[in-house]
Amino acid sequence: MLSAKDNIFYFLYLHRTGLTVTFLSILLLLWPMVESNPYTVGLSNLIAIYVLVVLGLNLFIGYAGQISLGHAAFFAIGAYGSAIATTTLGLPAWPSMIAVALVTVLVALAVGVPALKLSGHYLAMATLGFNIVVYTVLVQWDTVTGGPSGFSGIPYLTLGSLVFDNEIRFHYLVWTFAMVALLLCLNLVRSGVGRGLAAMAEDETAASTLGVDIRRSKVKVFVLSATLASIAGSLFAHCYAFVSPESFNIFVSVDFMIMVVVGGMGSIWGTLFGASLITLLPEWIEALDTFKEIVHGLILVLILLFLPQGLIAGLVESVRKKIALSK
Amino acid sequence: MLEVANVSKWFGGLPALQDVSFTVPSGRITALIGPNGAGKTTLINCITGVDTAKSGKILLDQCLVNTLPAHRIAALGVARTFQNLKLFSNLSVLDNVLTGLTVKAEQSFVFSMLRLPALRHQERYLRLRALESLDDFGLSNKAYWPASALSYGEKKRVEMARAFVGDPRLVLLDEPVAGLNTDETVQIAQHIRQQRSAGHTMLLVEHDMELVMDVADQIVVLDSGRCIACGTPEAVQKNPLVLEAYLGRMEATA
Repeated sequence: MLSAKDNIFYFLYLHRTGLTVTFLSILLLLWPMVESNPYTVGLSNLIAIYVLVVLGLNLFIGYAGQISLGHAAFFAIGAYGSAIATTTLGLPAWPSMIAVALVTVLVALAVGVPALKLSGHYLAMATLGFNIVVYTVLVQWDTVTGGPSGFSGIPYLTLGSLVFDNEIRFHYLVWTFAMVALLLCLNLVRSGVGRGLAAMAEDETAASTLGVDIRRSKVKVFVLSATLASIAGSLFAHCYAFVSPESFNIFVSVDFMIMVVVGGMGSIWGTLFGASLITLLPEWIEALDTFKEIVHGLILVLILLFLPQGLIAGLVESVRKKIALSK
Repeated sequence: MLEVANVSKWFGGLPALQDVSFTVPSGRITALIGPNGAGKTTLINCITGVDTAKSGKILLDQCLVNTLPAHRIAALGVARTFQNLKLFSNLSVLDNVLTGLTVKAEQSFVFSMLRLPALRHQERYLRLRALESLDDFGLSNKAYWPASALSYGEKKRVEMARAFVGDPRLVLLDEPVAGLNTDETVQIAQHIRQQRSAGHTMLLVEHDMELVMDVADQIVVLDSGRCIACGTPEAVQKNPLVLEAYLGRMEATA
């Protein structure tokens, strides 16, 4: 028989995912009441937006075992799509966001179906090329996108009479999106589909003989990650009321990759950490802002060399090993 | 059950399989033997869709499978183990076995993300099935270990648990005792017999003659891509072609 104490621990263990999500949600709910500096809240909003993108990318890199250096392009489609639909065409914001996400699905299919027949370096190059194409369109097609100087005057999102026009209000909106996406991704990886994806990342032959449709699974994860990036882009556009091509160049794609690697490839929780660290780093140490690309490159190389499972997962594992060995 | 008819396969100009024909009867253990390079693994790869046969037919219960991709053949109820282990080292032992239920689960992407009660219910059932299968192979005490932490022999058994967990129509065992010591081999032989009494059909590729003669109901002998004999263990042992091609060589060295 289990004692009462064991029962509590068992309950905690059984519902660890749900409980952690709930706990984190409560913290996020209370946080703006403690933190009144809008700049800091604004930073956390940016983290939430990046979390959305990196969640999808992490599934693609960590679970589907693929690589994409072009996710900023889907982020851009979401942002510019929403900007153009609401500002130029005057359409309502929420339906536009959904419509743009659907367009992104189609674009991701068009890019993904042929590109995912490639693998490794070729896939990286193909997605990188796609990012460059989208970036060039944003810069050159200035009658529609506003060109290099950007696109301004994007309306704020509203929900009934509530206007998400300041950082605190936007905090609740954007973190709701991030936490829902986090939960959905956690659910996915805990299911049979997730195990199939993890199997595929390790050994495609073995996974296929177990019944995993390799090509379709890859395309599905790619489309899912593109959709999340698109929604994040839409939120980004409505949050800042302004977008410019520089937020969507290939270095942003590389930063997304670094966030995945720092958080740990295949670690959904690590995504929160990776996105936070890379967003906050330049804030903590000002010199890093100037040499951002160099520092990010250095982080990437060091982590891949010494902690390939990601910063947190790697540290946790080395501590665990120490404990196990000392027993 | 499984019918292999006139299957041929070339790698470039080299014939790996030439006109191979045999049948695997239901509920029995058919052993596929032959010297190294005889084409045994190639044949298994063709049956599971990892490779495609150049010509000939592979029929599973009268259903032509040789042009199907691997995941479709898996869905028809063909499971296998691999000569060089293919366990997923990042997953736990239990999760490895659970991947063997991919076909049974038939979960869609969207429903997995929503994790509705029906899915939780199914997951609980699948977990029980996987634990049962691990229990059959004597590994239930290591269900939550990372697969990479097991010994070689244990890994072989996890692969078998993964192959049998979904109650497949046909299980292909590619050298299940290669690299194992005598005790472990005896243990695997027991597991194989146990699965046969549970009604499973198996095609066993193996070099260990003792095991083959011990468990097989029928033996198919391949040599240089050709099927040179087929019959009961006693008949095959006495077949002069086999003695010459295979057993004869072994006796000469012994």
